[in-house]
Amino acid sequence: MIAEAGHYALVLALGLALIQSTVPIIGARLHDGALMNVARSTALAQLLFVLASFAALVTLHVTSDFSVVNVYENSHSLKPMIYKITGVWGNHEGSMLLWVTILALFGGLVAAFGNNLPLSLRAHVLAVQAWVATAFYLFILLTSNPFMRIANPPIEGRDLNPVLQDIGLAVHPPMLYLGYVGFSISFSFAVAALIEGRIDAAWARWVRPWTLVAWIFLTLGIAMGSYWAYYELGWGGWWFWDPVENASLMPWLAGTALLHSAVVMEKRNALKVWTVLLAILTFSLSLLGTFLVRSGVLTSVHAFASDPTRGIFILLILCIFIGGSLTLYIWRASALKQGGLFAPISREGALVLNNLFLTTACATVFIGTLYPLALEVLTGDKISVGAPFFNLTFAPLFVPLMIAVPFGPMLAWKRGDLLGASQRLIAAGIAALIAVAVLWAWTRGGSVFAPLAIGLGVFVIVGALCDLAERMSLFRMPFPVALRRARGLPRSTWGTVFAHAGLGVALIGIVCETTWNTEHIASMKPNDVAQLAGYGLTFEGMAQRQASNYREQIARFAVSRDGQPVAVMTPSKRNFTARGSSTTEAALLRRGVSQLYISLGDTAADGAVAVRMYYKPMVLLIWFGPVLMAFGGVLSLSDRRLRVGAPKPAKASRALQAAE
Amino acid sequence: MTRKQRRLTMIGGSLAVLAIAAALVLNALRDSIVFFSTPVMVAEKHIPPGRRFRLGGMVLKGSLVRGDNLAVSFKVSDGSATLPVAYKGILPDLFREGQGVVAEGALDGSGVFKADLVLAKHDETYMPKEVADALKKQGHWKDDYGELASHKQGVPR
Repeated sequence: MIAEAGHYALVLALGLALIQSTVPIIGARLHDGALMNVARSTALAQLLFVLASFAALVTLHVTSDFSVVNVYENSHSLKPMIYKITGVWGNHEGSMLLWVTILALFGGLVAAFGNNLPLSLRAHVLAVQAWVATAFYLFILLTSNPFMRIANPPIEGRDLNPVLQDIGLAVHPPMLYLGYVGFSISFSFAVAALIEGRIDAAWARWVRPWTLVAWIFLTLGIAMGSYWAYYELGWGGWWFWDPVENASLMPWLAGTALLHSAVVMEKRNALKVWTVLLAILTFSLSLLGTFLVRSGVLTSVHAFASDPTRGIFILLILCIFIGGSLTLYIWRASALKQGGLFAPISREGALVLNNLFLTTACATVFIGTLYPLALEVLTGDKISVGAPFFNLTFAPLFVPLMIAVPFGPMLAWKRGDLLGASQRLIAAGIAALIAVAVLWAWTRGGSVFAPLAIGLGVFVIVGALCDLAERMSLFRMPFPVALRRARGLPRSTWGTVFAHAGLGVALIGIVCETTWNTEHIASMKPNDVAQLAGYGLTFEGMAQRQASNYREQIARFAVSRDGQPVAVMTPSKRNFTARGSSTTEAALLRRGVSQLYISLGDTAADGAVAVRMYYKPMVLLIWFGPVLMAFGGVLSLSDRRLRVGAPKPAKASRALQAAE
Repeated sequence: MTRKQRRLTMIGGSLAVLAIAAALVLNALRDSIVFFSTPVMVAEKHIPPGRRFRLGGMVLKGSLVRGDNLAVSFKVSDGSATLPVAYKGILPDLFREGQGVVAEGALDGSGVFKADLVLAKHDETYMPKEVADALKKQGHWKDDYGELASHKQGVPR
């Protein structure tokens, strides 16, 4: 019953999306307010039905109804409750349902809080949103229906892929989807602006908070996924330049560029055409990411098992939306009027530079990700493009970008003073030089790159703090005055400081981890001692444990430093009975922001265990940086001036609407 | 500066960055890509020792030998040729005899493939996509490799 109800709710949502795709557009053509308002009610109703559909699937998983194929294939009655719920999106069908649920959620939010939007703009935005929704409802209903039944229901399910039975999975996909799909709003706004042929600074004020929300979630989602790979896959790596990871990095890069160009558009009414293009590209890259991950073109943990019809269907959606929106762009972009002028050296200029480097870096990732696919189609050769390619292309492009980061906020709008900005950044420059000198002396002529790169990170962090000190007139006025000024600063200024500092923090973490990571692999018997980066690791023996749906072999390691016991680490290997597969659970020991990492390999016949041990200096900064960036985003979002949906008092806008 | 000059500065700057990026990409594509081969392709193409490539195929049943100090050796087969592989380290969780594998490394002088990376890139059917495609192309694809997959699709409705 529940499965059929869920299925039916999804069909109804499709029907509503079809109405929402057409009626408001007709209304806008006829200047009929009632028809345009249909968009609002259908968007809210659509959200209701999709939520019902999603709730139905969750219920089926929670109650372990194995008469549904999706539940049978991905669940097990003995699985812990939390993984019964997260298992809903740990498979193709369920994750696509999550995708449309989030899409409907964003549409519903615009409908609910977009009271102050001009009526025709809101109608157009929601209609475009419904086009995307329609395509994906059709995709789910025609190729990946999660509510399919089995005629003779089995007694037990096949269990979820053990690698996915982890708390990281509970958080990572919804976060990532909130990011991916959140960019659909800026896309819809861009297409709506093109259809209307009208765009102004107010448009940017509406788009920016939505982009910011999506960007925050995408940032956290990528960081979360990276940390999950780090501790769950047992290799100690946190980024593999895997196509699936690149698929999420590309929209992030484009989205970051969009975030910055929207500032220029809002404040200075310039870069309109470019901002619209970026909004289209960002969501196109999100769609591309969905295609790469969902079509089975790539094989990885994320791809699940898939059949070719799905790939072709998504490719079709991809072509229609990207091709269609770009055609519309070429046709209509000239209708958008050009805005304010600015000198190359100015805040706008710095933001253009930011956009230039971010999009170029994004393009190199794009080439590195799609070149192997293109080559395989054209010549049949199979190649892999790995970390060396990206280190040679992506990294050099990020260096000038990071050097420019502290300068941006220091420059004035319209016409900036580079010399003045440099003088105000002198403290950051000195701090960076000291960091480079100290590190270089400490490593005694080791790699030159690492101290320089860390110096760059320090420059970005201290540069962000310099900007803050400058704005609150620290050191120039008495401290209480400066403090009062700091409290009076707009939250978005604080947001910029945190986000930029986060970038520097992440860079320092990345450089430290890749340069000074120590690895030790050994075959150990009980009471063997391994030495790693000044720590002594004593293997004390193995123990067995039986959990609800797996058996676990737990190794005990006593960690000591200079003869003093520090802690006990217990890495383990889990054997999942239902699938007969095993996973490695690494043990992590935090020391400051560094970590000790132990993961287990095979046990030999004589009882010796293969053990992989790492000491990873400063590794936590890699994820702490993105968290800081996201926190900066949240601060910026809470700024009164661009709170979601409330740039103006609601009363005034209602009066405006009535006048139309 | 006039409007025209400003625009020219912008366009010139953008083109310069794009040109640098293009140069970086072309340079990197020349040096840092890795080709994929199966054992029979290795024999046909005469890949010289020392050239890095990815080897894919099935781990031959009964060929896995564990040596001292985490050294392992096994044979990779694609149905018509086999190639011995030597590796030192911990094999991934999903490594099994009789199942697909992808290893990255280079041939040494004696014709042994020295792997420094063994990948566990599998889908749910424990078959790397590259290997499945290559085996299908060479006509060595056996249905039981895809047994799990067909079982999945053959679920009674």
